[in-house]
Amino acid sequence: MKLKHYGRFYSVFYVFNIIFLSVLALLCILPLINILAVSFSTSHYVVAGRVSFWPVGFTRASYYIALSDPRFWGSFSISMQRTIIGGVVNLLMTIFVAYPMSKDTKYFPARNRYMMYVFITMMFSGGLVPTFLVVHYTGLIDTIWALILPGAVNAWFIVLMLNFFRQLPKEIEEAAIIDGAGHMTILFKIVLPVSKASIATIALFAMVGHWNSWFDGMIYARTLARRPLATYLQSLLTADVAREMARHMPAEAQHYMSLLNTRTLRAAIVFLNALPIIMVYPFLQKYFAKGLVLGSVKG
Amino acid sequence: MEKRPKRRRKSTTYGMSTIPLHLMLLPAVILLFIYRYLPMGGLVIAFQNFDITMGIRAFWESEWVGFDNFMRIFGDDAFTRALRNTLTIAIGKMITMYFFPIIIALMLNEIRISALKRGIQTLVYLPFFLSWVILAGIIRDILGMDGIVNTLFFSQNPRFFLGDPSLFQPMLIITNIWREFGYATIVYLAAITSVDPEQYEAAMVDGATRLRQTWHVTLPGMRPIIVLTGVLSLGGILNAGFDQVFNLYSVPVRATGDIIDTLVFRTAMVGGQFHVGTAIGLFNSAVGFLLIITANGLAKKFAGYQVF
Repeated sequence: MKLKHYGRFYSVFYVFNIIFLSVLALLCILPLINILAVSFSTSHYVVAGRVSFWPVGFTRASYYIALSDPRFWGSFSISMQRTIIGGVVNLLMTIFVAYPMSKDTKYFPARNRYMMYVFITMMFSGGLVPTFLVVHYTGLIDTIWALILPGAVNAWFIVLMLNFFRQLPKEIEEAAIIDGAGHMTILFKIVLPVSKASIATIALFAMVGHWNSWFDGMIYARTLARRPLATYLQSLLTADVAREMARHMPAEAQHYMSLLNTRTLRAAIVFLNALPIIMVYPFLQKYFAKGLVLGSVKG
Repeated sequence: MEKRPKRRRKSTTYGMSTIPLHLMLLPAVILLFIYRYLPMGGLVIAFQNFDITMGIRAFWESEWVGFDNFMRIFGDDAFTRALRNTLTIAIGKMITMYFFPIIIALMLNEIRISALKRGIQTLVYLPFFLSWVILAGIIRDILGMDGIVNTLFFSQNPRFFLGDPSLFQPMLIITNIWREFGYATIVYLAAITSVDPEQYEAAMVDGATRLRQTWHVTLPGMRPIIVLTGVLSLGGILNAGFDQVFNLYSVPVRATGDIIDTLVFRTAMVGGQFHVGTAIGLFNSAVGFLLIITANGLAKKFAGYQVF
C-alpha cells in the first residue's frame, strides 16, 4: 500500500498518532515505575517529593522490613496454596464440565439441561450475605477451601474450553470409539493431549485469578494468619504501615526505620504482590488475546 | 421446548453409554448446587427478621416480615444515595469504555511499525491483569497529597484527589479507563484484522482518503462487534465496580462514592444486619438479572450472540 493514496494530511496524522499512543502507553506504565522507585528510595527524599521514576537514595530497607514480617510469609504461603490447589481444581472442573457439554445434543440429550444449570449461575447469584452464610454453615470458614470451593466451577472458563473442544476434528475420536475406547480414555488419551495450549491458558487465568483474589480472604478468613497475600495488602492500604511493622521488627533491623516510612513500605508490598503477575505477564498476554477473542466474538 | 427428532445420527457415538458423562458432571453439579443455588434459596432472609443467633434454624424459624425490609431500604437516604452514585458511576464508565477503546483500536491499527505497535499493546494491556487492590495501592500513592501527580503538576496547591467528594467519581472513571481500555481494544483489533483487504483496495481505486476508508470500510466491518459490546454493556448499569470503589473510597467521599455493593457490605458484614443487606443485594441482583437477560436477548437479536 502506498501512503500517497491516504490523503494530504495523513503523514501529519501518522506522526501525531505515534506520539499520542506512545505517551498513552507510557501513562499506563509510569505509575508502576513510580511505585517501584518509591519502594527503593530513602524515605526523606520521598517525603520531599524528589522521587519520580528512579530511586533517590537507593535502599532495600523497605523490602528488608516487609520481608522480615512473619505475617507476610504466612499470607504468602496461603496465597501459594490457594493458587496451586485452586488452579488445579478450577482446571479439573472446567475439563469435566466442558467435555460432556461438547457432545452432540442428539447423543447426549441431557446436555441442554446441564447447560441451563450452569448458565443460570452466570446470570443470577444469591449475593454476598447468603453465600457467606452457606460458606459459614458448610464449615469452611478459616480453611483454604473457603477460597477454592465457592468459585471452583467457573462458567467463563467452561465457555472457553467448550468452544475449543468443539473445534477438534471428530475423526480421531471416532477411530478410538471403533477401537472400543470409553469416554475417560477418549478424554485423557485423545482430547487432552491435543488441548495443551487451552489447558495452559485456563490454568494460567485460574491461577492469576486466585493470586489476585482478596475479598473472599477478607470475609472467610477470620484468623489473620489465614489471609492470602492480596487480603494482607488490602488491610495495609489504609493502615499506618511503618508504625505497625515496627512492632514486629527484629531488633537488629531497628536502624532501618530512619530509611523508610509508610509510603515506601506500602510501595514495596504492592510491588511484591504484583511481581508474580508481571513475571507471567508475557504468557498471559500471548494467550489472553486468543482466549478473549475466542470467547466473545464467536457466533 | 423444541421437539427433538427421533432418528439417531448414524456414525460418531454408536450406542455408547452416557453414564460416564453424567459422572464427570456430578462434582460440578454438586458444587454449583451448594455454593450457587443454596445461596439463591438463602435469599429468603430478605423477607425475614433474620436472627443469626438461632443457628441454621434461623432460615425457617425467623419471623417473616414480608416486604418490610424493602420498604425500609427504599425509605433510607443512604440507599437512594448509593443507587444514584451506582448509576452515575456505572454509566460514566460505560460511556467512556464504549468510545475510548474503539478510537484507540482504530489509531493502533494505523501504526505500520509492528515492533512499536506490539510494544504499545504490551504496556496498555498490563494494568488489566493487576487486581484493584494492587492498583489501589498504586493510585492511593500517586494521587496522595505528597504523591507524584501533586508534586509534578500541582505543587503550588496540591489536590486531595481521593478525599474530595467532587473529584472522586471522575477519579473512578479515569482509573477505570487506565486499567481496562487496553484490554478492551483486543476484540476491536481482532475485528479490524478480519476486514477484507480487497475492500480497502477498492476504496483506494475510488480515491478514498484514509479517513474515508476508516469511515466506509473499517467501521462498517467492525459494526457487529461494536453493536454487540454496546448491547452487552447495558447489563452492567448497576455494576459500578465493588473492588475498585471499596479499595479507593473513604468516609469523606461517601456522599459521591458509596455504591450499592459497598452499602451491602457495610450493612451486613460490618453492621451485622444480614436481612437488610440481603434485601439490598436482592434488589440489585434482581434488577441486574433483568438487565442482563434483556441485554443478552437484544444481543442475540441484533448480533446473533449466544454465550453457549
